[in-house]
Amino acid sequence: MIFLTIGTQEPFDRLVSALDQWAATSGVPVFGQLGALKAESYRPQHFPFADFMDAAAYEEKLRAADVVVAHAGMGSIISALTHAKPIIIMPRRASLGEHRNEHQLATAERFRSRSGVWVADEPSALPALLAQLLSGNAAAGSIAPFASDSLLDALRGLIRGVAA
Amino acid sequence: MAAAGRLTKVMAVASGGGHWVQLNRLAPAWDGCEVHFVTTSADQEAGVVARAAARGQPRPHFHICTDANRWQKLRLLKQALELVVIVLKVRPDVLITTGAAPGYFALRLAKLTGARTCWLDSIANAQELSLSGAKAGPHADLFLTQWPEVAKPGGPQFKGAVL
Repeated sequence: MIFLTIGTQEPFDRLVSALDQWAATSGVPVFGQLGALKAESYRPQHFPFADFMDAAAYEEKLRAADVVVAHAGMGSIISALTHAKPIIIMPRRASLGEHRNEHQLATAERFRSRSGVWVADEPSALPALLAQLLSGNAAAGSIAPFASDSLLDALRGLIRGVAA
Repeated sequence: MAAAGRLTKVMAVASGGGHWVQLNRLAPAWDGCEVHFVTTSADQEAGVVARAAARGQPRPHFHICTDANRWQKLRLLKQALELVVIVLKVRPDVLITTGAAPGYFALRLAKLTGARTCWLDSIANAQELSLSGAKAGPHADLFLTQWPEVAKPGGPQFKGAVL
């Protein structure tokens, strides 16, 4: 199963429609979490979706997924890595009205080399990446359970009242 | 320092989505404290309670406030007023936030009540600080970015990242 997740704030028609086209012929089940859809937003014809999912439902879909397809949002990336699921990220572009600024392009660049994360710069890159990952050619990424020790120590210092 | 005989009260604040996911990766920092989570959706309570229990920590307190982004002025006002109530009721010794709007308000309020504060800018901001981070950071005792490239003399500092 492919779990598509694009955050809760803005629609992301380029990614949703690309995955819908792929789902039309792939025969692979897809479930989408599509956030706050507008009247004119693209709605998938070939897979079920929800606008909002509560934490438990989100977790269940994540566990069931073979591959996660997402916008380049940190919540999606960290969640997929935490569950050891391969993730394909496509950055939202402010220039196309998909976000407030271009920070997702920077996120995609920074995570491009991380194992377990694949970047679809454009919708056209999606089918080949999905084929590759579904053929079992996907070393899932791993992630430590918590933030780096140096960061935790800085916070512990603040909590104890010791100057950083 | 907390008064003798009671635990240090830590308030950990984040809006939903990526900010909240990042905040939860900081949990070992406040082991042994009285923890108060604040976020924008009630359905996250079961998860934080379960994660604390799994690590042998006491059940954290959980508070919710209205969700709002920077364009929703009325909702922002409602959120800020709710945070006034939460901060005055809890009176945290320490305030830690990963953003965005509720973190900004909670940090400013907690600072006014004498708390030690930390703004940890989201790891999503790899090239420049978030807008809320740029506003809140100068008021924080510990002003952190998760990217060494974004760090500057005078803050934000880089001390590591959530992953």
